[in-house]
Amino acid sequence: MPDVQSMVVEFVNKLRKRKIEGSQATAKYTVELLRSVISQHRVPHANQAAALIDAVKAVGEQLVAANPVELAVGNVVRRVLHIIREEDLSLTTAAMAGLDLLDASDDDDEDNCKGIGYPAMSAAVVAAARSTLRPPSLQTLLEGTPESATVPYTSSSGADSESKSKSADKSSITRKLKHDVIEGVNQLIHEIAGCHEQIAEQAIEHIHQNEVILTLGSSRTVLEFLCAAKEKKRSFRVFVAEGAPRYQGHLLAKELVARGLQTTVITDSAVFAMISRVNMVIIGAHAVMANGGVIGPVGVNMAALAAQKHAVPFVVLAGSHKLCPLYPHNPEVLLNELRSPSELLDFGEFSDCLDFGAGSGSPLLQVVNPTFDYVPPNLVSLFITDTGGHNPSYMYRLIADYYSADDLVM
Amino acid sequence: MVAQKKGGGARVSEDAEEQSRQRLQAILLADSFATKFRPVTLERPKVLLPIVNVPMIDYTLAWLESAGIEEVFVFCCAHSMQVIEYLENSEWYSHPNLVVRTIESHKSISAGDALRYMYEQQTETSQILGDFVLVSGDTVSNMPLADLIQEHRERKKKDEKAIMTMVIKKSKSSSLTHQSRLGTDQLFIAVDPLTKQLLHYEEDKIDLAKGSVCLEKSLLDGNPSVLLFNDIQDCYIDICSPEVLSLFEDNFDYQQLRRHFVKGVLVDDIMGYKIFTHEIHSSYAARIDNFRSYDTVSKDIIQRWTYPYVPDINFSGNRPLKLGRQGTYRACDAVQSRSADVGASTVIGYGTKIGNGDIILNSVIGNGCSIGSNVVIEGSYIWNNVTIEDGCEIRNAIVCDGVKIRAGAVLQPGVVLSFNVVVGRDFVVPAYSKVSLLQQPTTEDSDEELEYAESSSGAVDHSSGVNLQIESKASELGPDGAGYIWEVCEGAHDEEWKHSVAPIPKDKLAEITQAIDDDDTEDESVLPPSGELKSDADSINTDVNDPNDDYYYFEKEVEGTFLRAIDENIKVDLVTLEINSLRLSFNMESADCAGAVFYSMMKQAVDTPHNSASELYRNASSIMGKWKELLGFYVKKIDEQIEVIMKFEEMCQESPKELGPVFTQILHFLYEKDVLQEDAILRWAEEKAGADEADKVYLKQCEKFIQWLKEASEEEDEDDEEEDS
Repeated sequence: MPDVQSMVVEFVNKLRKRKIEGSQATAKYTVELLRSVISQHRVPHANQAAALIDAVKAVGEQLVAANPVELAVGNVVRRVLHIIREEDLSLTTAAMAGLDLLDASDDDDEDNCKGIGYPAMSAAVVAAARSTLRPPSLQTLLEGTPESATVPYTSSSGADSESKSKSADKSSITRKLKHDVIEGVNQLIHEIAGCHEQIAEQAIEHIHQNEVILTLGSSRTVLEFLCAAKEKKRSFRVFVAEGAPRYQGHLLAKELVARGLQTTVITDSAVFAMISRVNMVIIGAHAVMANGGVIGPVGVNMAALAAQKHAVPFVVLAGSHKLCPLYPHNPEVLLNELRSPSELLDFGEFSDCLDFGAGSGSPLLQVVNPTFDYVPPNLVSLFITDTGGHNPSYMYRLIADYYSADDLVM
Repeated sequence: MVAQKKGGGARVSEDAEEQSRQRLQAILLADSFATKFRPVTLERPKVLLPIVNVPMIDYTLAWLESAGIEEVFVFCCAHSMQVIEYLENSEWYSHPNLVVRTIESHKSISAGDALRYMYEQQTETSQILGDFVLVSGDTVSNMPLADLIQEHRERKKKDEKAIMTMVIKKSKSSSLTHQSRLGTDQLFIAVDPLTKQLLHYEEDKIDLAKGSVCLEKSLLDGNPSVLLFNDIQDCYIDICSPEVLSLFEDNFDYQQLRRHFVKGVLVDDIMGYKIFTHEIHSSYAARIDNFRSYDTVSKDIIQRWTYPYVPDINFSGNRPLKLGRQGTYRACDAVQSRSADVGASTVIGYGTKIGNGDIILNSVIGNGCSIGSNVVIEGSYIWNNVTIEDGCEIRNAIVCDGVKIRAGAVLQPGVVLSFNVVVGRDFVVPAYSKVSLLQQPTTEDSDEELEYAESSSGAVDHSSGVNLQIESKASELGPDGAGYIWEVCEGAHDEEWKHSVAPIPKDKLAEITQAIDDDDTEDESVLPPSGELKSDADSINTDVNDPNDDYYYFEKEVEGTFLRAIDENIKVDLVTLEINSLRLSFNMESADCAGAVFYSMMKQAVDTPHNSASELYRNASSIMGKWKELLGFYVKKIDEQIEVIMKFEEMCQESPKELGPVFTQILHFLYEKDVLQEDAILRWAEEKAGADEADKVYLKQCEKFIQWLKEASEEEDEDDEEEDS
C-alpha cells in the first residue's frame, strides 16, 4: 500500500498542473484517495469522528486549493465528511439507545453483545435522529435521546446491532465507526461510478421518437444518455455544437456516429439559427450550484437563452457528485478559469501583435479564453440526476440531503 | 514505449535495468554563462531571479516534471550554493515524480565546459543512460515532451547519426519582431522539408549584414529541396543522444551550444552527425536571454500563454494570486488604497501596500513591497521587499529585492537597480543605467560568469580597461543614496536599448523599420525566386543594408554604359533600353536614373582634358547637346529635374574647384536646351532657401539667374492674365 501522503501529493500535483480534468474522473480519484486516508488514519480513542473529520478536512483543503475551479473535489470531500458525521451520529444514537438498554440488563459483556438481540440501532433510529437533530450537535443529540431511545423497543429489525457497556464501548465504537464510514465511502464510490447508468436509464422517458436533440461540447453523461435512448430503439437526431475553442463537440460527434446515431455538427454561433428545429437541449454540467444555477462549458448560456426564446426545454444532466452546496455569489467560489490564448490564436501568426518592445510597451491585444459559463436557474427546465428528475428550485433540498451544514465552509 | 514506462512506474518491483533504460532525463544548466543580466547576477544566479514573482527555475522544473521527465541534473556553476540551497528548501527535492540532482562545478565557464564535465562524471557514474533533454534554467515552456522524445528515439533507431532534435517555433517574419520581442538577432535556418533535418543555422548578425546568406553548394546537391526560414525562433530546448556529450569531449574548443556545437556538427561531414528540428505550434516556449525577453516573457505569462504556469495557479509551491478583470493578478492580502489606479496586466504580490493616488500600469510588483502615495509605476518589475517613497516615478525599470527609492526619485526607462540599492531623494537615474552596490568588475574573469565574444553586449569586455574612479561613492545616487552606476562604454551604449526592458525608442524603431523596408524592396531584385530554394518567408534576409551602396553600383553601371555608348556611338534608344534594364535590376526609381545619367555625362565632361572653366563648359555643353535626347528621356517630370539639379550640386560640392565656377552656366545651358524647366529650378531654389549657409553656395551663385527666371515667369503670368481678361 503506497503511503497516503505521497498519494495526496501526487494527486495535488495532478490537479495543479491541470493534468486531470473532468468532474467524474476527479471525483472518483478524490473519493478513492479519501478512502485510503480514512482507512490508514489511526483513530484515537476519544472523539474519533472529530479526528477523522479533521484528517479528511486537512487533505480536502489541500485538494481544493490545488484546483479551486474543479468544484467536484470540494463536493466529494464534503460528502465524505457528511458520511462521517452521519455514521457518528447513528452510532452515538445507538450507543444512547444501548445505554438505556443497559439500564435494564446491566451485566452484558461487550464481546458477546453481537447477536444478543437488542435491536439498538436501526434505520428508524437514524431516520428519527436525522429528522429531529439537524444540524446535529451534541447538545441536541443529548436532548433528543429520550424520545429516540424509545424507538428501538418498537423496531423489529434484527440487523447487526451492538449494545455498549459503559466502560469498554469506546474501542468497539471506533472500529465500528471507521468500518461504517469506509462502507459509506464505498457506496459513494459506487454511486459516482454508476451515475452515468443511473442517469442514462431515464433517457427513454425524456427522448421521444423523431425528436431533434441539441447538445454543446462533450460530456460522457450526455453520450451515455443519448446512447441509452438509441439502444431502446428510439430514433432521433442529434445536433452537436462544436464547443469552440476546444472543439470537444467534434469528439462527441465521432462517438455518436460510432454508436450509430444521426448526428449533425454545427458551429456554436449557429445555435440560435438551429434552435427552432430542436425539441430539446441536453447539456452536461460541470457543476450545479445550490441555487440551481449551472456551470457548464463556455457557450452554454447562449444555448440556454436561445432555448428559452424558442421555448425549447433545457435539460441538464448531472451526477450527484456535481451538486455543489455553495451559491455562485459566494466569493469563495471560483467560477471560471482562463486558459491559454493559444487555443484561440496561433502564436506564430500573432507574435507581432504581442510585440511589447515597440510602441508603448503595453500589449494592445488581449485574449480571454474562459473555460466555463454560468446558466442562471431560471433558464433550466429540468435537472436529471442519478436520483431522478428535479426542478431547479428543488436543488437546495437535494443538497441538504447530501451535505451537512457544518461543512459548507471548509 | 510510453505505455511500458507507465507500467513500470506502477509496478515497483520492476526490473531495475529496464526501468532505468526508459527513464526520461534532463540536464538543466542553471547558469547562463553570459553577463546580460549583470549587475543583478553578481549577487544572485539568474535562474533564481523571479519572473512574475516565481524564480525562473521553478517554471523550468514544473514544466519538465509535467512533461514526464523523471530525473533532472541541475548543473550549477555561478552561485552554486544559492541554487543548491534553494532547491533543497523547495518542494522539488522531495518531489515524488521528479528526482532533482545537483551537480556542482566551478571550473566551467561555458555550456561546453559544463557538458564536458557531465561527460567526465558520466564515465565514472554513468548517470545519463540514454537520450536526454538539454535546457537552460531560464526556459519557460508548456510544451509536451513525451512525443518528441519518442520521435527522437525512433529516428535514432533508424539513423544512428541523428543525435539531436532541436525545438523551434514560428514567430513573425521580420527582424523587427525578433528584435523587439526577445531582443535576439534574427535567426536564419535551412531545413530539409521532408526529413526536417537542419541544414544550416545562422544567428550571427555579422553575416547577415552583408545582405546575403551563403549556403554551401553541397547543401543543394544532396537535397532535392531546401526550406529556408527567417521567421523561426529557437526555443533552446534540445533532445540529445549521449553522443552529444562525447562530441563535446572530443571537440574541446566547443563553448557555446549554438555557435560552436550546432555549426560544428553541420559543417563536419566526416562524422556525418545530423541534427533535426521539431516545430511546435500550440505550445509556448521561450528562453529568457536578456532584459528584453524578461519583459516579453513576463507579459506572455500574464497573458496566460504559458498556461498552466500562470500566477493564479499554484504550480510549484508559489502562492496563487487571484485573477481579476483585465488580467490583473492580486494577492488576497495586498492592501490597496482606494484612490490608487491599478491598470491592466498588473501583478501585485503578497503583503504589498499601495498608497494613495498611485498609478500602476503593466507592472509586476513582488511580495512585501511598500509603495508610498502618488507614485507612478509603468511597465516595471519591482521584486520583493522594495520600498518606494512618495512621488517617485518609475518607468520600464527592473528593481531588485530590498531596494529603497526615496521620495521624488525618478527612474528613467531601462534602468536596472540591483539588490539593496538606495536611490536618493529627488535623484534622477538616467536611462539604461545599471546600478549596483558592487563595483563594476574591472577585469574580465573576475567572476565565475564569463562573457563569450558577444559582439552585441560587450559592455563588460570593452570597459575592462576603464578603471572606475569612484571616490564620491555615496553621492552617485544622490546624497542619501547608495550604489554605483555602472559605466557603459560608448560602443555598447548604442546596443543598450536592444536588451533593455524599456520599449525601443521611436528613432531606433524607425531605423529598423527603414532597414526592413529597404530590404523588402531590394530583395525582389536581388533574390529571384529559384526553383530549388523554396523560400517560404517573404523576405529572405538582412538586418542592415545601406541603400546608398546599391545606388553607387547603379551609378557606376550607368556610367559604364554611357561610356560605351560614346565609344561605340550607340543609338540613343538602345542606350535608354540598357539603362532601363539596369534600373529594373537595381530596383531604382526613374529619378535615380536621371541623376545617374546626368552624373555620367558630367563625369565624362570633367574627365575630358580641359584647361579652363570655359573649356570645361564647352565640353559639357557639347556632350549634353549631343545626348540631349537621352537626358530628356529621363528628366520628364519636375521631380526628376530637381533630382538632376541636386545631383549636380552634389557633384559640385565634391569637386568645387573644377565644377564650381560653371554651375550657373551649365544650369542655364540646361534650361535653354529645355532639359530643365523653370518650375524645377524655382522649386529647387525654394527647397534650398531654408538650408544651411554652407549648402547655399551654389544657390547664391545662380541667384541672378533665378531672379531672372522669376521675373520671366511673372511676366508670363501677367501676360496670361492680360490674355484672360
